[in-house]
Amino acid sequence: MTTIGDQIDTTPAVTSLRRKDLLGIADLSPEEIALVLDTAEAMKEVGSRPIKKVPALRGKTVVNLFFEPSTRTRTSFEIAEKRLSADTLSVAIGTSSVVKGETLADTALNLEAMSPDMIVLRHSSSGACHLLSRICRSAIVNAGDGTNEHPTQALLDALTIRERKGRLRGLKVAIVGDLLHSRVLRSNIHLLTKMGAEVWVCGPPTLVPAEIRRFGVRVTSQVDEAVADADVVMLLRIQLERMEGAYFPSLREYFQVFGMTEARLRLAKPDVIIMHPGPMNRGVEIASEVADGPYSVILDQVANGVAVRMAVLYLLAGGAEHEEAA
Amino acid sequence: MKKLLKGGRVVDPANGIDGAFDILIADGVIARVGRDLPVDGATVVEIPSGLVVCPGLIDMHVHLREPGQEHKETVASGTASAVAGGFTAVACMPNTSPVNDSATVTSLILAKAAAAGLARVYPIGAVSKGQKGELLADIAELKQAGCVAITDDGHPTATALLLRRALEYAGMFGIPVVEHCEDPTLKGDGVAHEGYHASRLGLRGIPGACESLGVERGVLLAELTGSHFHVAHMSARGSMRAVRKAKEAGVGVTCEVAPHHFTLTDESLGTPVPYDTNTKMNPPLREAADRDAMIQGIADGTVDVIATDHAPHHYDEKQVEFDRAPFGIVGLETAVPLTFDRLVHAGHIPLRRMIELLSVNPARVLKLPGGTLSEGAAADITVLAPDLQVRIVAAKLRSRSKNTPFDGWQLRGGVAATIVGGRVVFQNEDVFARA
Repeated sequence: MTTIGDQIDTTPAVTSLRRKDLLGIADLSPEEIALVLDTAEAMKEVGSRPIKKVPALRGKTVVNLFFEPSTRTRTSFEIAEKRLSADTLSVAIGTSSVVKGETLADTALNLEAMSPDMIVLRHSSSGACHLLSRICRSAIVNAGDGTNEHPTQALLDALTIRERKGRLRGLKVAIVGDLLHSRVLRSNIHLLTKMGAEVWVCGPPTLVPAEIRRFGVRVTSQVDEAVADADVVMLLRIQLERMEGAYFPSLREYFQVFGMTEARLRLAKPDVIIMHPGPMNRGVEIASEVADGPYSVILDQVANGVAVRMAVLYLLAGGAEHEEAA
Repeated sequence: MKKLLKGGRVVDPANGIDGAFDILIADGVIARVGRDLPVDGATVVEIPSGLVVCPGLIDMHVHLREPGQEHKETVASGTASAVAGGFTAVACMPNTSPVNDSATVTSLILAKAAAAGLARVYPIGAVSKGQKGELLADIAELKQAGCVAITDDGHPTATALLLRRALEYAGMFGIPVVEHCEDPTLKGDGVAHEGYHASRLGLRGIPGACESLGVERGVLLAELTGSHFHVAHMSARGSMRAVRKAKEAGVGVTCEVAPHHFTLTDESLGTPVPYDTNTKMNPPLREAADRDAMIQGIADGTVDVIATDHAPHHYDEKQVEFDRAPFGIVGLETAVPLTFDRLVHAGHIPLRRMIELLSVNPARVLKLPGGTLSEGAAADITVLAPDLQVRIVAAKLRSRSKNTPFDGWQLRGGVAATIVGGRVVFQNEDVFARA
């Protein structure tokens, strides 16, 4: 298990994602993950050119189908698609189509009738991408489904960690926050454990998914224990409405018990990095001093999001093999 | 009009019969059971060797969807499904539209059943008017119209007080309260069993304790009232423990388990088809320890009845996001193969016990006139083919809905024929063509 991680950190054995869709990290092999990260590194260079465009997806149509509000992820996908020269359109459906009574399947099949090549889907229901995958010819890219997965977020997190630490294997990564409702958590657990990192997860027991130990992670409600000697501390958003579900008494108390402060951070490795998938609640899961401090790589994550999404779209479209054939 | 069933192994647990017997049917009634009965002008029906003749199977938990949801199922299509599954009688749940909380709805269902002329239908009335959990339904009226029990199935009885009143009041008529056991606050907006697989798939969980709390509540109120409390579709090991303890203490409680709960676990949520909405039912598919506890309870006698919770839904309704899909699967035509394959042939129970669970006991729980091959009883008879290789094909189900997680399953054991009131209402061509 460890030797695979060693090898693929440097020498990916595969050159394309031989799959129709990216539904989740759960389906990916360590080799495929490494391939995406390596490709993303190359894609970053495109973003630094004066003319930020390559013809890789010229003539391809990509639909961004977003059933949930999202600024960061949708913008990131759109920029990635444009830099690859794809024809793109974004459909933000909100909840109005549900009110009109059209099912997700019908919406997708109607879009399909216009022959897009890829559908990037964000949806509030876990498994929505799997449903579309079964009924659509287009490649489905999961941009976040319910509380299941958010694979491109985990990939951009991994790229950010690898840039800073040079590796993923053997790092202690502490993930703190609302574990129960987080798709970012699930994708990150799959990715980091596959790549040989030591993952600690921490949150109030009310916000810990059942049997999370079986995911191969360490679980604690003691944030100091999670943070101790950590190479990476990743914070997850605490949704303000969780108080109403009696998951915890108040935001103030949450910050007291779990909030990431400079004092707590001193328990981590001296070169610890702080990550957050956004949007942040300052003063709830993270102190502003930490968010804005020298350890924070939160904006690097956003920057890497574009490169990772370019890599995913490029590789799903066939990667280098496709270009050779074209 | 006489019919003589000749050959086959007759298993009639109610009369302690298990052996090669003939059965003479006259005027829809069992006239004689004996060895080598004389033909004496009767039409002879040769039962191929290897088949089992038993009292008609009874499914005491079925949703026929009529009136109101005829796109899912009708009394006619549901009873066609029943007889194809070997059931000569079904008890149907009151969560129709309108709710069966009146003699009018009960009579409509009975009229539709008579017109269909297939399985017998025993309606179960609502506990509360409109199943709203406020006022008691007119239970005397329901009973008189033909209801054999009351329930607010689909949901638990709204409050402990209402359940207490229902038990007390129904006790006066000697009919049980059938309860969908569940603590609604613990269920919340859960869609799958709370455990590893729901966690992995990001599905909101429903813990086993959610059901067991409802079972404990009912057991305590059954003890308080001295009335008969029946636990519907039991799925959690904590519930089994509660029922076992209650029975030991002499409390008037009975319970049923559905085939999917002794066959499947929550692992099916993710494989072979991830987020397959045909693995979504309430109570949910639970973990292996719960499934094993169901089998244990069936084997040791804690469980009284196998009932399907046949819950037809149109494919449009199931082809949606997992959390938006309705709960439930069809079960009438898969119950016998699953029971044979997973319980009898797997060595957990003998054939006699299977017939108790599917015929004798449901008749006893609901005080129905079936469950026996006694002379003078209505000739409701199921002929089973214990070694028949059965392939479940969803598209070929008689039910109007095809929502089953067992599509494509290969199982050993099936139904050869179904006889209601002396009339053959279903005959399996796979068996009789081969014979």
